[in-house]
This record gives sequence, C-alpha cells and structure tokens, in this order.
Amino acid sequence: MSALLSFQNVWLEYGDKVVLERVELAIAERSFVSIVGPSGAGKSSFLRLALGQERPTRGKILLDGTPLPGECGPDRGVVFQRYSVFPHLTALRNVMFERECVGAPLTARLFGADRRRARDEAAAMLAEVGLGDALDLYPAQLSGGMQQRLAIAQALIARPRVLLLDEPFGALDPGIRQDMHRLILKLWEEHALTVLMVTHDISEAFNLGTRVLTFDKRRVDPHAPHRFGATAVYDLHLTRKRREAIVEAQQEVLRLTESVITGKEESL
Amino acid sequence: MRWVNIRPRRRTGWLLGSLPLLLVAIVYLFASAARHAENPSDKLLPTPGAMVEAMHGLLAQADPLSGRLIFWADTVASLERLGLALGICALSALLVGMVLGVLPAARATFGAFVTTIAVIPPIALLPVLFIVFGLGDTAKVALIVIGVTPFLIRDLADHITAIPQEQLIKAQTLGASSWQLALRVALPQALPRLIAGIRLSLGPAWVYLISAEAIASDVGLGYRIFLVRRYLSMDIIIPYVAWISILAILMDVALAQLSKRAFAWAHGAGR
Repeated sequence: MSALLSFQNVWLEYGDKVVLERVELAIAERSFVSIVGPSGAGKSSFLRLALGQERPTRGKILLDGTPLPGECGPDRGVVFQRYSVFPHLTALRNVMFERECVGAPLTARLFGADRRRARDEAAAMLAEVGLGDALDLYPAQLSGGMQQRLAIAQALIARPRVLLLDEPFGALDPGIRQDMHRLILKLWEEHALTVLMVTHDISEAFNLGTRVLTFDKRRVDPHAPHRFGATAVYDLHLTRKRREAIVEAQQEVLRLTESVITGKEESL
Repeated sequence: MRWVNIRPRRRTGWLLGSLPLLLVAIVYLFASAARHAENPSDKLLPTPGAMVEAMHGLLAQADPLSGRLIFWADTVASLERLGLALGICALSALLVGMVLGVLPAARATFGAFVTTIAVIPPIALLPVLFIVFGLGDTAKVALIVIGVTPFLIRDLADHITAIPQEQLIKAQTLGASSWQLALRVALPQALPRLIAGIRLSLGPAWVYLISAEAIASDVGLGYRIFLVRRYLSMDIIIPYVAWISILAILMDVALAQLSKRAFAWAHGAGR
C-alpha cells in the first residue's frame, strides 16, 4: 500500500495557539478517509492544510512524494458545504470552467472544436451526477442537493489526485443526504478516487469511509486550553466486513430506539 | 385585517403611486390660480399656460445670437458632459476596483489612499479644477469624475472582496491563474454591482454637473436655470427642473433594464 498523501510531524500554530500537533498520517491511494471529531478539534484546519490553503508551521506534507506548494492547485479538488459553485455561470459553464482555464490561459474561453469537446465532456459529467436535465440552469435555480452534485461534477472533471470534502452534505435533508451517499460511493469506485471527507455525522463517516480518523486533543491544560493542539487520536481501518457490521449495528440501535419510542418492543 | 398585510395589486399600485404626483400638481394649480387672482402679473407661481408659452420660445425658436434651439442645445450639452463623465467613472472604477478587490497586496497599498480621496468634498475642489483645466467642459467632466469615482471604486472593491473565499479556492483547484480568476470569477460578479453603483451615483453626478454649469458655462441645463433666475423666470425654471428629473428617471430605468437583461443571474433568474 503506497502512500499518496503523507503528513510528517505536521504542526499548525497561530501565534501561541496550537491547532494541530504531531500529525503523522499516510493516506493510501483509493482510500475513502472520513474525519470526525468535536468542534474546534482542527478537522477543517487539517483539510485546509491538505488543500494548500494554509501551510503547516512545522513538518511536511507530501503528495506523491513531493512537498505540497503553499497554494491550491488542480491536483486537489474540493467541495465545500456551501458557496463552491459560481453563481454567474450555468451548470454547464460551471463544469466547463476547468477546461476553459487549462485550454485558454489568456481568455479562459474556448472556441470551435475545443469548445464542443469541453461542452460534451461537461454534459457527460453532469449526466453522471444526475444533472443531465439541468445544464442551462443557474445555481440559484438548483436545490441544495443539486448544487452539491454540481460542485462534485465541477471538481471531478479536473481529475484531481485527491478529492477533499468539507462537510459536503451537512446542509442537506436526510433523504437527499442518502442519495448523495450513494452517488459519492459510485463516483469513488468508478473514478478510482482518493477522498478525504470532514463530517460531524458519525454514521455518515462509517457508512462511507474505508478509514475513519478522529481528531481531538490528546492533552488538555485546563489553565491554557490553547497550548495543546489536536491530532488523530483514533485511526480505524475498516474492511468491508467490519464496515457492514458497524452499519448493521447502527441500524439495529436505530430500530431499537424507534421501537422503544413507539412502545412496540416485541423483540426485547 | 392588519395594515401590514394589505398589499396593493400591480394596477392598484400604479394608481397609488401616481396619487402623490397628482396631488402636488393640483395643489400647485390652486395656489397658482389664487396668486394670479390677487396679482395678474405674479412671477412666483406661473400658470401652465405661461410655462408653455415661455418654453415654446426655447423649444422651437432659434436663438438670434447663436442660431440654436436653446432647450435642445442645453440638453445635448449637459447629457454629453454627464455621459462622458459617467463613462470615464465606470471604466476607471472597474479597473481600479478590480485590482483592489482581487489583489490583497494592492488593497493594502492603495485602500487607505482611495478612502482618503473619497472624503474630500468634490465641490471644494471645483476652484482647483477651474484653475487647472480652464473654464471649458474638461473641468465639469473632471468634477463629476472626482466626485463619483472614489465611491464606485470603494463599493466595487468591497463587493469583490466579499465574494466567498470558497469560490476563489474552488477556482484555484480548477487551475485558474490570478488573471483567469479576475476575468472569469471577479469581473462577471462585479459588473451588475457596477451598474447598481452608477444608478446610485446618478443623483450626485447631476448635482456636480449643475453646480459646475452654474458657475462657468455658456450652455447647459444648469447654466440656463441659473441664468434665468436673474429675471425670476419661474416659467422656465420649473419646466427645466421637471425635464432634468425626467432625464434622471429615464437613465435610471435604462440602467436597471440593462442589468436585468445582461445579468439575469444576479436578479434571481427563473426563481
């Protein structure tokens, strides 16, 4: 198992406030890593480091063995909880954006055969995420779930080495969220993606992830809580069997809770 | 039913909106008639007939000195100055506002400078402009540009700075360079805001134009008003003021329509 993305003794500090300390991780290609933890435990900071939006204060982050540059690049795609699509472009133009930037450095617009090819690829990508009928709609005309589908399609067309998801389904209704889970798992398999996903929903973390990281502080100084940073305190590798067992147990708990609430506990 | 829940329908709304205007017109007619009953040569509140007569001279009869139809010459001169000035404002504000909004280093360098320029009352600079540019059209255009541009620059730069960080990050992960980011993400979102800013600036722009024309000019709507003031010619001043208001409203409506047509996404397209 070769590490695609590795964190070597990474620290992130703001002044004397330590956010992350001694993060040592190797993330394998094609893994789906869920990151959970309490608020303020540095989950999002960790993702920003992987994205290149921030640089570690100490330590190294390597992608394919080379250190990450200090800014975002096309090798790492991202989907945020909100605001990750362009409101002034139609769905189709949102997905074509990457092709236009790469294909035309000066005008960022394609013409003729190049444009037709980019258009067809973008339309195919949109069809794959279930937005085949919404090519010419603006994001404001799409529902929350459709906007996230669009954001995913837009990121995937760049074929990123790593896809970073920052609570991508956090603002969606439960039913829509399940549809999105199916979609992201399908895309993960078909496109052979490596995914890092921050979530505050534990069942989502176990449902989707092949590996679950829990970020929290190992040590707490009650007089100076900011002096110690968080790190990955639990690191669970899930085989398919273990994952299924956990999901089954969760469903059992849910079923029991429901039967207790409704007063029909015939199985107990 | 509570008052807050009474919503007039579209037609009723138009009717209600025209009521105050109608009311003012009626009050004026009565006041004018009352004054003329007392003093038939009253100049303060001229009757509509007197206004039509006075305006007919300016609208249809050529000025014996210059050979021009005065009303139309005034209108063309003022609109030329205003249009040229607003064009310069829009282009320079777009350029500077984009640079300030997109590049944090430029904002750190020039942000405070633009804010400082913006607090100088433009009218206070008018003597300087007359000294530097002479009494021709340049000084009048320059006054409007100096008065309006700093506001537009600040408004635009703030608007671009407020574009969610997520969008800028996303664009970078899609391979956009700084130039492409400015061209494809910042510029299209800045344009509807620029139009909105110009609409808000129309009022001040007219103020600067009329001030400059009042002080030194030989043609223009503002010049004419201040000229005929010497003869207490309310029969010319009132129609001129009404005409200026109509022009301002037409410009505002045209800009609003332009924004709706060209940037439907910014006006809740299809929602």
